[in-house]
Amino acid sequence: MSAMLLNKEKWSDFVGMLAGKNLWAPRESDEGLRFVPVAEGEVPTLDYNNTRVPPKEAVFPQTETLFKFKVGGKDLEEPRPDQDAVLLGVRPCDARAMHIIDELFSWDEDDPYYLKRREKTVLVGLACNEPGLNCFCTSVGGGPVSTEGLDLLMVDLGEKYLLEEVTEKGSALIDEVKELLEEADDNSSKQKDKLADEAAGKIKRSIETEGIPAGLPGLWEDELWQRVSASCIGCGTCTFLCPTCHCFDIQDETEGFEARRCRMWDSCMFREYTLHTSGHNPRPTRSERTRNRINHKYSYYVDKFEVIACVGCGRCINLCPVNIDILDILGQVKEEI
Amino acid sequence: MINKENPYIPYNATVEDTWYETGGERAIKTFKVVFDDENIRKSWEHFPGQCAMIGVLGVGESMISISCSPTEGEFLRFSVMRMGKVTQALHQLEPGDKMTVRGPYGNKFPLDQWQGKHILTIGGGIGQAPMRPVVEYVKSNYDNYGGLTMIYGARTSGDLCFKEEFEEMSKDDQLSCHLTIDIEEEQWDHNVGFVPQILMDLNPSPENTIAVTCGPPIMIRFVLENLKKLGFEDDQIYTTLENRMKCGIGKCGRCNAGNMYVCKDGPVFSYAALKEVPEAFA
Repeated sequence: MSAMLLNKEKWSDFVGMLAGKNLWAPRESDEGLRFVPVAEGEVPTLDYNNTRVPPKEAVFPQTETLFKFKVGGKDLEEPRPDQDAVLLGVRPCDARAMHIIDELFSWDEDDPYYLKRREKTVLVGLACNEPGLNCFCTSVGGGPVSTEGLDLLMVDLGEKYLLEEVTEKGSALIDEVKELLEEADDNSSKQKDKLADEAAGKIKRSIETEGIPAGLPGLWEDELWQRVSASCIGCGTCTFLCPTCHCFDIQDETEGFEARRCRMWDSCMFREYTLHTSGHNPRPTRSERTRNRINHKYSYYVDKFEVIACVGCGRCINLCPVNIDILDILGQVKEEI
Repeated sequence: MINKENPYIPYNATVEDTWYETGGERAIKTFKVVFDDENIRKSWEHFPGQCAMIGVLGVGESMISISCSPTEGEFLRFSVMRMGKVTQALHQLEPGDKMTVRGPYGNKFPLDQWQGKHILTIGGGIGQAPMRPVVEYVKSNYDNYGGLTMIYGARTSGDLCFKEEFEEMSKDDQLSCHLTIDIEEEQWDHNVGFVPQILMDLNPSPENTIAVTCGPPIMIRFVLENLKKLGFEDDQIYTTLENRMKCGIGKCGRCNAGNMYVCKDGPVFSYAALKEVPEAFA
């Protein structure tokens, strides 16, 4: 793996050279910090802990058109494939999340919308020097410098960024900005390791996941599900803003003679998600829905794809309006197993 | 076949014939449909147990059992109960109208593995829709099976589906057909009683027999109980599950029962497999 250095003085040049490539970076919006296309002349700063909305929306938009048609017609028009994109400043946990849901979207039947966008998107990561209050990536197989899912990893070394290529897409990107870069030396690699160790040491929250995937099915009838969901208001924030949550609804929309079939994020925390048309609901209360959310991430996904579908980004803890804490739930699961 | 390029793109199909099976607010209407594209018509393969996403453009799609056997010809049959937005729109369709179809989805009744065995189907109400292809498949391959028994019931004679086929069935001496309704009616000369009770009265031997059941959850529960009483082993009993579905290909998430996706790992499950799925009868 070759590594290069970018002096921060050249940051705006670096961004400028990538500007023509449909560059996305975090920007504050009404709905919090999220990845948006960088405007012409805009120089994004990488001064944030993490975005509120995970970058999954760049490859799996909150709402997207599957195809368009005319009302009464039968010809279906598929949307043109999106252009290439470069996401700048993706945290390792969020890239790892995409890596994890790649499995689902290519399981048996390929999901062309997700996979084509994923292929056309270059993920430039930003290693974490200062983990957030509720980060626990190191408990679930990630880490502050994890490169799973990334094409390129940037490490903030103070005056310079260390750029490590991870994939061919990443090295192709480095080639394009080579004139701004200098070769990295042993010292910068040591510096990176030191920062990574320090960052990992600053992660205060953790869970020992061993035994959870195998133990969860045995807790099906346990009263803990009532307990941990008692304060849940069913807002769905934990799942909407989860970087590995991938569930969606499909709906038809018509306006005049123009119509489209689209899909949009959905959440297993909503009553309608599983509601049968007969009125029967296999998950009638928030207790069953919470049980499904935890089981899906920590047991079902492990059964299917041999990886926990949680990257420890802490969003569901930080953003839950009633302070439900997945680590607290998992702690209770551990106690009951 | 599933559109490999883009599995969300449905095929156009034309309603060739349609008729009401039952009446009332929740009427059941059957559609016989053929694909518009000859290549799809030729390459489409389905098997008893499988479902398809059928729909009306601009309204949406619903997952519906394919209620015919591939041995019946190059068409598809769906029997749809009028329940919500999509099924309401489907019920508007008349011969010549278009619907969309994508699939087939889900696993199959392992009829190949059941060769030489006696097949017992136990259906209730609209639950006969996935039983019908099993019956039709065995009927066209009698030599390969050890016999065929069909138990089918509904609340009233008017609530039974596929009524127009009963007379011919009664003439088929290789098929043991047992119809039942919950409450006695004039001019009804078949059984009266709940399906699980008719099963007990019939007292079929579990020897070399596979029992397949589908119907309302409460019926399935008692049928399973009674099959156990009759001595059927868990791996001799099969049923189908249903859940709300959107994609049909294991992506959208919602149809899971425990760690199984009903759209991919099901809808057909042996009772032996279902016992391991905590949410199966939720």
